[in-house]
Amino acid sequence: MGQIVLKDVTKSFGEVEVIPPLDLTIEDGEFAVFVGPSGCGKSTLLRLIAGLENTSSGQVMIDGSDVTEVSPSKRGLSMVFQTYALYPHMTVRKNIAFPMRMAGLSQEEQDKRIMAAAESLNLVDYLDRKPGQLSGGQRQRVAIGRAIVRDPSAFLFDEPLSNLDAALRVGMRIEITEMHARMKTTMIYVTHDQVEAMTMADKIVVLQSGVIEQVGSPLELYRAPKNLFVAGFIGSPKMNFIEGQEAAKHGAHTIGIRPEHIDVTAKGGTWTGKVGVAEHLGSDTFFHIHETGLAETLTVRAVGDVALRHGDTIHLNPRLEELHRFDEGGARLA
Amino acid sequence: MAIVAQSSKAGRIGRASLAWIVALIFFFPIFWMVLTSFKTDADAVKPEFLIFFQPTLENYLNMTANYDYWRFATNSVITAVFATIFALAVGIPCAYAMAFNPSRATKDVLMWMLSTKMLPAAAVLYPMTFLTKSAGLFDTHFLIIVVLMLINLPIVIWMLFTYFKEIPKEIIEAGQMDGVNTWGEIREILIPLAWGGIASTALLCFIFCWNEAYWTVRLTTTDAATLSKLIEGNRAPEGLFFGRLSAVSTAAVGPIVVLGWFCQKQLVQGLTFGAVK
Repeated sequence: MGQIVLKDVTKSFGEVEVIPPLDLTIEDGEFAVFVGPSGCGKSTLLRLIAGLENTSSGQVMIDGSDVTEVSPSKRGLSMVFQTYALYPHMTVRKNIAFPMRMAGLSQEEQDKRIMAAAESLNLVDYLDRKPGQLSGGQRQRVAIGRAIVRDPSAFLFDEPLSNLDAALRVGMRIEITEMHARMKTTMIYVTHDQVEAMTMADKIVVLQSGVIEQVGSPLELYRAPKNLFVAGFIGSPKMNFIEGQEAAKHGAHTIGIRPEHIDVTAKGGTWTGKVGVAEHLGSDTFFHIHETGLAETLTVRAVGDVALRHGDTIHLNPRLEELHRFDEGGARLA
Repeated sequence: MAIVAQSSKAGRIGRASLAWIVALIFFFPIFWMVLTSFKTDADAVKPEFLIFFQPTLENYLNMTANYDYWRFATNSVITAVFATIFALAVGIPCAYAMAFNPSRATKDVLMWMLSTKMLPAAAVLYPMTFLTKSAGLFDTHFLIIVVLMLINLPIVIWMLFTYFKEIPKEIIEAGQMDGVNTWGEIREILIPLAWGGIASTALLCFIFCWNEAYWTVRLTTTDAATLSKLIEGNRAPEGLFFGRLSAVSTAAVGPIVVLGWFCQKQLVQGLTFGAVK
């Protein structure tokens, strides 16, 4: 079991309030991702749940019991750190055994769990090595192994993949998602990478300046972002925002349209412009378009390889049913 | 062609010679002390620069026979060892707390600790003598151990603090998540990780304790008297017996020089305060 509830939680460092009063519920077995730009308070929020930071006010509840004053070691949570935080003086085996040794598990039980974790994480050959002799990806696996063997009520991940190279990151992302599907344990995952958030989460919590901007499933956030911030943050490449006359035509202060919702036509589209940078990826082509009279740059995604180059005139047709409308304060208009 | 800083040959030779000259200046008094310790008192006071003479072991033989060198040496070992152990026992938790749970006052506390080293020892000589005598602690091992520990504590805490600061906070936090309590963190994580730093701190503290003379000379008479006191006691009022004095001094610094020689690497590390890694 691992339902986590934050009630009216705040956190201040001295005079600076980094988390204004905040309520959040993460259901048992859910994969929740906290996402936001750096400095938005997502890591602080995770550390409050872990108990590594004390709340300034409010309550943290795990499975219905108040743990606000309980030390991290007694909350029954496991954490995987961005820097792995392995014990450099211990072998992989001892690193993984450490939490079990602290909990006083029998040697037999420890060995059984170490082997099970090592097999599922491909670490069997490395058990007697020290962390310094492992690659980044292997170290992260050891950190995950150390987290798994405790059988925690929830896993906390603090940007665990940001120190890995791109290819490894994709692999580990899938491994962690599969691990969640298999174990069905609550997981809270902090990242600044919206692609990780979209691909892994059951529930995404978008944060800015310590405030929850929106909570929802990846597709809810993609389809109906509550405000300009969420609209701009979720989706890659970023949504295009257009203000002024064109927006007024649709009865809004700002309209937003995603790059994948603008079609390139041969002639006479609604909008025209000049191609700036064209990124040819083979499967897709991203055009950065200038001189549209709408916004400084429009980004458009065309499927396949479209043979337009720098300086060419491009004709565009936005799909009006995919248009997002926002008011002056940036909130979504129904 | 890439521009690379060049150092001229003359410059390099100049610097090397300077280093040798400085090293010789530092080494000479020690060399002369050892040399004098093998001279008779008559030879020792001769005004000429006497390098070749009839060496004698008389000074050393007298020393163990007449002044009970071993008792003073034992006292030195006991007080230095225990003072070092107690300084670490207090210093490790203290530096741990400040390194991993700093508050706004941490910097001030550290500065305040260091500032106690700036107090002239002579300023508290009378109160110390008076208090220890009336408390019945004068000339006891306990007193010397406590005094040596206290005067070295600031430097011990500073050094340990600097070493502990280099341990990533996440490793300690991982320990907390893994279910260790504070003592467990210190025992299982901190001490094994900072072992090198703790060893060089201990070594330096031991050397400082061994060499301390101001308090050990003034707060002891016989029972807890250390080698510093033995040297001081050989400063005979009827005239200086340089041979004897040199032998005692050589025997007093001998152990620490040997220890220092074997632990050079740790010492250099300790003295640079972990600045090079």
